[in-house]
Amino acid sequence: MELSFQTVMSQVMLGLNNGVFYAILSLGLAVIFGLLNIVNFAHGALYMLGAYVALLGFTSLGPLIGMPDFHLNYWAALIVAPLVVGAVGIVIEKTMLSRLYKFDHLYGLLLTFGLALIIQGVFTNFFNVSGDPYEAKPEILNGAVNLGFMMFPKYRLWVICISLLVCFGTWYVIERTKLGSFLRAGTENPELVKAFGVNVPLMITLTYGYGVALAAFAGVLAAPIYSVSPVMGSEMIITVFAVVVIGGMGSIMGSIITGLLLGMVEGFTKVVYAPASSTVIFLIMVVVLLVKPAGLFGRES
Amino acid sequence: MKNLFSKVALSVAVVALTSGMAGAEAKGVSDNVVKIGVLTDMSGVYSTLGGKGTQVGVEMAVKDFGGKVLGKPIQVIGADHQNKADIASAKAREWFDNEKVDMITGLLNSGCALAVQKLGGEKKKITMNTGAASTALTNEACTPYSIHYVYDTYALGKVTAEAVVPAGGKSWYFLTADYAFGHSLEANTSKFVTKLGGKILGSVRHPLSTADFSSYLLQAQSSGSQIIGLANAGGDTTNAIKQAREFGIDKKGQKLVGLLIFDTDIKSLGLNVAQGMQFTSGFYWDRDKATRDFAKRYYAIHKAMPTMDQAGAYSATMNYLKAIKAAGTDDPDAVMAKLKSMDVSDFFAVNGKIRADGRMVHDMYLMEVKKPAESKGEWDILKIVKTVPAADAFMPLSESTCSQVKK
Repeated sequence: MELSFQTVMSQVMLGLNNGVFYAILSLGLAVIFGLLNIVNFAHGALYMLGAYVALLGFTSLGPLIGMPDFHLNYWAALIVAPLVVGAVGIVIEKTMLSRLYKFDHLYGLLLTFGLALIIQGVFTNFFNVSGDPYEAKPEILNGAVNLGFMMFPKYRLWVICISLLVCFGTWYVIERTKLGSFLRAGTENPELVKAFGVNVPLMITLTYGYGVALAAFAGVLAAPIYSVSPVMGSEMIITVFAVVVIGGMGSIMGSIITGLLLGMVEGFTKVVYAPASSTVIFLIMVVVLLVKPAGLFGRES
Repeated sequence: MKNLFSKVALSVAVVALTSGMAGAEAKGVSDNVVKIGVLTDMSGVYSTLGGKGTQVGVEMAVKDFGGKVLGKPIQVIGADHQNKADIASAKAREWFDNEKVDMITGLLNSGCALAVQKLGGEKKKITMNTGAASTALTNEACTPYSIHYVYDTYALGKVTAEAVVPAGGKSWYFLTADYAFGHSLEANTSKFVTKLGGKILGSVRHPLSTADFSSYLLQAQSSGSQIIGLANAGGDTTNAIKQAREFGIDKKGQKLVGLLIFDTDIKSLGLNVAQGMQFTSGFYWDRDKATRDFAKRYYAIHKAMPTMDQAGAYSATMNYLKAIKAAGTDDPDAVMAKLKSMDVSDFFAVNGKIRADGRMVHDMYLMEVKKPAESKGEWDILKIVKTVPAADAFMPLSESTCSQVKK
């Protein structure tokens, strides 16, 4: 394929589109790792769960509550799904994860990995693994816009904009506000922050809830583009972990920027040499780990 | 020679004594049980189109047969090979060596299928493949004990190309899953497209389980081909089709052709998106009264209509048991001889015949996805456009490179 300006630009746009998914998911992981020191392997499963809340809200909730004409629309799902999944996250944190903070990272990883397998297994049992159609995409986001170099679907443009907004909003709150400073202080020295009268355990619980709510939010955004399937999360999560490692575990801005950049690198690889597109991120990971083991944006400890 | 004879006589005597059987029955059923193993993807990307549903098909066949053959019970066990050839092979070895499994069916995923079939060849155990697609199974990798029951990449490519090319789809560009199955499907289809006067403009190989196809679709679009051929399966196919709609590719005159599509994929796309698409299948539940009767009974148990893999597993099991009964033994050589000499004719297979290379040839169908308005129910999704006779659908025996074919 000729590498004209037009080709490169359209691949960059498509890469950015995938990149915002990486960014928003790795951001959630970074927030959770930064504050809880938990490597949240359940993130992919919760992303999938978010998509299913949207899907089932649209197709099955009405009949279930005796109002067959009721459909949870897309806009409502964007709010409801993160809330529902966030609540699930809070239950997970309260009942299970909170018992593991005093142990090695590995225990949290094993627990969340096990949870991911259970959630995915249950959904595989009840739903079509090839996916189910989510047909609640709002009318206003149908069709395409002419960007000059390509016709770009409106929905994808919306996904890029709203994701960037959420990502940078989260960064702003954590890095630039008083609430954020509590959070950051809580990770550095929880005992001291407690002494100032801050309820650290509650803060941690809510942080985990917010992190997984981000995953659910991405799940709803993904539902109209990809098939909603029980394996959508496990396919995504490995790449996202590579993004987090490249960006530097726990670095908020690092995870956002790396997610966007790697999405574009991957998109570009798809034109140059497609079979390598699933490996290119891991190659970069290897190089980064060799040269800068703490990641591009990570602090050396 | 005499020594060998006395050894054989001794072991026969020991077997007869320990199992307390009369001499005449000694050649009957080994281990006093006929055990069928369903080894397939039970939890991964292909588990809806095969998975537990395949085991349901096998169990139904056993029940319909009466639960016993030659007076001995029939048992069904299942396991998940997780789409990994090493796991498939280890499980099959355990089944053959320790669990007294006589026949393995299912075997979705060409990689797993090839591994298990090879092992079956070494251990003299029958494999009846209903799930995998690669033509290697009945060519270079065939064994005296292997049967490929439902479909293969040759039939898929041939039937679809013969429908699409004469209708004006002359130039093709492929989106191909980058592993054995995708390559095989692309190669087989290309051959027929070229033979029919069409031409191949190019292809792009994408990794298995790709979520976003937009980049590949744009490449296909800029190739200017009339047809975009999808040499992939499952989630890859449905994602590609969905996103082609999103980018309006079909509106600009290019047509997408899925080369391997299951009923479950159509369910995943929804009729709105999938309507009008044509593809090749070995079975459709709503073909005639016999298929409908079976599907109804199947639905009552599994809560979904059977795919070609699942219905094929029923038929394979049923005919395997019939062959045991006719042979009067479950000895693999005797059963294979019977299977290859009898006609396979039931709700699943019309004009079925198992050839020397293990290929079960039967009528194949060119399907078309119904418009939403034509569909009268949740599973009323397809119509049969054309029935392709067994002899025209599959690779001729003369072309097979299988060592079992006498030339």
